[in-house]
This record gives sequence, C-alpha cells and structure tokens, in this order.
Amino acid sequence: MPEQAHGTAGSPTLEIRDFLRRRREQIAQRWADEPLFRAVFTVSRDEAVEAGKAVVDALAQVADAERVEDPDAAGFTAVREQLARMAAARSRAGLSSAQVSAELAALRPPVENLLLEDLPDAPAEQVRACAGTLGVLMGTLRVVVTQTALSEGQALIDRQRLQLLEVATPVIKLWDGVVAVPLIGTLDSARSQVVMETLLESIVEQQARFAILDITGVPTVDSLVAQHLMKTVAAARLMGAECIVSGIRPAIAQTMVHLGLDLGNVVTRASLADALGYVLHELGVGIVTPGAKGAVTR
Amino acid sequence: MSEAFGGPHGAPVSNRVPVLRLGDVLLVTLQGDLHDSTAQQLQDDLAESIVRSGAGGVIMDISGVEIVDSFLGRVLAEIAAQTDLLAARTVVVGMRPAVAITLVELGLTLPGMRTALNTEAAMELLTGQAVSSHFGGPRRESQ
Repeated sequence: MPEQAHGTAGSPTLEIRDFLRRRREQIAQRWADEPLFRAVFTVSRDEAVEAGKAVVDALAQVADAERVEDPDAAGFTAVREQLARMAAARSRAGLSSAQVSAELAALRPPVENLLLEDLPDAPAEQVRACAGTLGVLMGTLRVVVTQTALSEGQALIDRQRLQLLEVATPVIKLWDGVVAVPLIGTLDSARSQVVMETLLESIVEQQARFAILDITGVPTVDSLVAQHLMKTVAAARLMGAECIVSGIRPAIAQTMVHLGLDLGNVVTRASLADALGYVLHELGVGIVTPGAKGAVTR
Repeated sequence: MSEAFGGPHGAPVSNRVPVLRLGDVLLVTLQGDLHDSTAQQLQDDLAESIVRSGAGGVIMDISGVEIVDSFLGRVLAEIAAQTDLLAARTVVVGMRPAVAITLVELGLTLPGMRTALNTEAAMELLTGQAVSSHFGGPRRESQ
C-alpha cells in the first residue's frame, strides 16, 4: 500500500498539497478570523490574510517535498521569521508558550473542515489518511513555531549574558597606583575569569601596586567564589601587586567561617573606605583635613 | 663549560642568559621563549654568581616572557628558594597577566616568591630606598 501510494497523485501527502494550493484563499480567510492572526495583525485584515497565504504556501511546499514530519524542511525556512514574529508578539502579550501552542492548534479545525468539504464522496479510508497527514503537517508547524520561539529566547539570553560580562566589571582608579574592582552579582567561572583578566591588565596599564576587590555587591560567598577570589589575588601577587578584599558583610563573614573557608593571608577589610585607608597608609600617604589645627591623618 | 653550550669556532649560538651586576643586586632579563636547558643553565649560573659576588638580591625581569609552563614555573620557584639559601633575595618582576593566569590555573601560586611590578619597585624592595619618587605621578607636588 505505501509503495503504491508513494509519489503518485493519489498519495495523501500530495492530495493535501493539491488541496492546500486549491483552497489557499479560503484557508487564509478563515485563519484571519482565528484569535492568533486577529491578535497579531490588529491593523488590517488583509495583512493577516497575506500572512496566512504565506504559511499555506509553505505548508504546500513541505507537502510537495513529502517531508510533513520534518521541522527542518526547506518550506518552513521562508516563513520561519514571520512565525517567530507572530509567536514573539503573543509572548509579549503575556501568553505562555503553551497558550501560543494552543492557539496554533486552533488553526487546524478550519482547514480540516475545508478538507472534508472537498472530499464528500471519497472512500472513508482516503479521507482518514488525508486528515491524518494534515494533522501531522499542522503538528510540525507547531513544532517549528515553538522551536523558533525558543531559539529566539536563547539568542536573547546569550546576548544579555555577554552584555552582563562587559557591564559588570569596571576597574576604577582610586589613587595613583591603586585600582579597585567593585564586584556585583554572582561570581561564576566565566565572570571571574573576565574580572581577573581586566584587573590584571589594568594593573599593568596603571602600574598599580595595590588592587582592591570589593565584594559588597556579591550576594553570597561559597567555596567556589572564595576559590575565584583566591585565584585573582594569587595572580595579582605574581605580577607584583597586592590585593585587598573589602566589603565583606557581617552575614557573609559568618557564612564563610561556618563553611570553613580560609582566604589564607589575603588582606581583608570591612569596607572599601577601610581598604583605601590601609592602602594609603602602606603607600605612606596621609590625608589632612584642611583648616584643622592638628593634622588628622587616617 | 662553554664547549658544552657555545657553538664551535665562536659561532653565535648562545643559550645563556646574561647576569648583570648592579651594586649589590644581580639583574637577569629573560626574553622570549626560554628553553628548558637555558632555564637550567641560568639556575646554575645564578647560584655561582651569587656565591662569587656575594650579592644580596636577584631581580629577574620576565616581562619579555610570553609563555611560562609548569617547568619554568618550577625553575623560578627553585631559583628563589636556592638564592634564599645563599642569603640573597629574589624578586620576580613584570610578569604578564596571561602568564600569571596560566600559573594560577596550573596551581603554581609560588607562595614564597617575592614579586614586583617593575625593576624600579624591585630595587626599592631589595635596597630599601626609593630609586626615585615611585608612585608619585605627575600629580604629586615635588619639593
């Protein structure tokens, strides 16, 4: 049976193809009334019909290639961007991906009804086969849309991760020969690598004898974060600079002691101001309050 | 000694690192790729030079070294340890960021080794007096 049907005009796939081409206009018209198209193309109905036609053409092309189960079929590439735009518009409206998927599923019954109208006196077996193929094709369409929406989301996440790396690691010059890095957010391996590289580069650039790592903005310190800090401190020391870790909040100090984390002989200070005070003292620089009778040094 | 390492008939083949003497300090500048044999030869030469000259400090400038593998890292640590035995202090100077990261990732944090940003800072560290005003940039008022 399958060998017989394959490639001939009577095969359900090609039947669906012919049906899609024949009924392109009507399908697009009916889809334009469905919630999905109505919600996306709010301005003009003609636009929705055009979009529907494009999707129907894509489906016909996929059926023509007899790849109804293949989401990577060539026919889908043409409408992928459009589908992604539609899915994105629905997600922006606050729909979950499951709801978008349900709206896509709603596109199927109108097409199926048209198909049944087209085959009034066909044998029951053929009707069933055609309806089955159409179901598979519409299912594949749903997969394509979901896939596209997911990859869009993934691309967004990747972009934002890169931006986060760039944004969150400024190196600040506090004094001649003193640089500071305010660390903000969770320190994972990738981020601590970037921090280490930018800090070491700026130590060379500014000939900084002291570098202050301020962890006020780091929410938690576990053994991994401590290890990253130790590595950065060790690398800076190898280059001839001394590292001071500052901004250890009381809760974090407690956690670190509970976890048994040891920062070794790293100099630590409670706040960035204390760290700067320590560094200035080491450099032999005193800060004098003008006008004060006795010179106050800190 | 020179037969083993120099080329025949004075050919300019030398895998020796020159050891310069600046008062009480020996200055060694490493450049480019350092072969294992060169590193080992340097280790021998330095020990001998310290004993001969009675120097109190060694400055090793590695700002020209782009790659430090675990072997060279160990040699550096050994040089530091052996000069300590000979009552001299070694300061490693000008390590590049990439080299520092590599060593740390290799687990070679070289805890006993002294380091400095540049030779000037190293001289100050060894001799205890400033060569010139050191962290005063142009912003600092001069007397």
